[in-house]
Amino acid sequence: MELLYFGDKGWGDELFFATLMTIAVSITAMIIGFLFAAIFTPLKLSSNKFLNTIGNAYTTVIRGVPELLVIYLFFFGGSGAIMFVASIFGYNDYIEINAFLTGSFSIGIISGAYSTEVFRGALQSIDKGQFEAAKVLGFNKYIYFLKIILPQMLRLAIPNLSNVWQITLKDTSLISVTGLVEIMRQSYIAAGSTRDPLFFYSFAAVLYLMLTFLSMQLLNRLETKYSKGY
Amino acid sequence: MDIELMINSFPKLLNATLITLKLLSVSLILGLFIGLGFAILRMNNNKLINKFAYGYSYIFRGTPLLVQIFIIYFGLGQIEYLRTTFLWVVFKEPYWCAIIAFSLNTGAYTSEILRSAFQTIKPGYLEAGRSLGIPSKIIFTKIQIPIAIKQSLPAYGNEIILMLKGTSLASTVTLMDLTGVAKYIISTTFKPVEVFIVAGGIYLFMTFIIHNVIKYLEKKYGFQT
Repeated sequence: MELLYFGDKGWGDELFFATLMTIAVSITAMIIGFLFAAIFTPLKLSSNKFLNTIGNAYTTVIRGVPELLVIYLFFFGGSGAIMFVASIFGYNDYIEINAFLTGSFSIGIISGAYSTEVFRGALQSIDKGQFEAAKVLGFNKYIYFLKIILPQMLRLAIPNLSNVWQITLKDTSLISVTGLVEIMRQSYIAAGSTRDPLFFYSFAAVLYLMLTFLSMQLLNRLETKYSKGY
Repeated sequence: MDIELMINSFPKLLNATLITLKLLSVSLILGLFIGLGFAILRMNNNKLINKFAYGYSYIFRGTPLLVQIFIIYFGLGQIEYLRTTFLWVVFKEPYWCAIIAFSLNTGAYTSEILRSAFQTIKPGYLEAGRSLGIPSKIIFTKIQIPIAIKQSLPAYGNEIILMLKGTSLASTVTLMDLTGVAKYIISTTFKPVEVFIVAGGIYLFMTFIIHNVIKYLEKKYGFQT
């Protein structure tokens, strides 16, 4: 138990901040994922064959390739790609991207593929009459989407989105390979310097369990809120 | 684009795919038994047994696979007692540690899939079986299991694909599977895109095959329930 003391003696404070880092990366990744989903969901539902293929390619490739491989792609390729873009603008120095950004971006792309599928499913299961009625009643586009389609979509999407959140939260453990100090990385460091891997990895497992448990409680509450009318 | 590197790395990656497939198949088979065992325990009326099985699946589904591998590979080696028993032969090998972690993990998911499949079997089938005087063991093997297999095929297909992706974590415990070799080539050549295309292509090909085999099985066993 001494190992968990806060301050210089134990690893309590380090692990606490690592947990905050995991939460921060998960939330950022989830938001980046939503942005990707906002782009690719319309593509997947589009009747244009070319756009449709792009949308399908994104979800198929990302969901069919291991997360770790995607992370390696961005970890090793990220700064190269940015340096290439910068060199076009005449900037030739070495650019190093922040591990937090690479990490949340790569996890975000993965989580985006899952979110896209969720949103597509939710939009497709809204009754067609709702779209037609809203159009017939002459609502403008803003109200049409924000007040009629979005709330219905969210009700259908939230249970599946909480699954996506769980996946995203667990996937953040993988970006420890890039050196970002989140729960896994911190446990690795602590285990290395105290030679007590069993304790620290088990404690990491407890931290993840706590995070998944707490977030499920919150999401269940959200779910009941959005399905009020049903 | 370095086409030459892509062509040169292809045989190496294909060779590593064998390890990935070995890890996948062994852990899926072990996981299926573990899953079936825990699914049966979950349906037990005894509250304690029930809670135990639920706790197992909750813990393994609530924590990242990476933590599970690390606990088994790095953590268990720390127990002095374990080093003296014959089990040490198993736990000192990263290959077996990865397999144990994968099997326990997929076992947890499989137990949930099977449990919900068993629970969706209409009670009428069991009652019909019982009223025909069929012994409960045969009701289980000849009525419940076939229906449960059919019900759980789509979800289990997803689980196989998730597990295929999960085997990539074996590379974190020094195993040279497909992802491990891909990472090695990337870190020596610094050509991530080319290697990603080849390795990702191999993974996608495997996902494609699994997806279609499951689809075929679904059609074949798609009797009406």
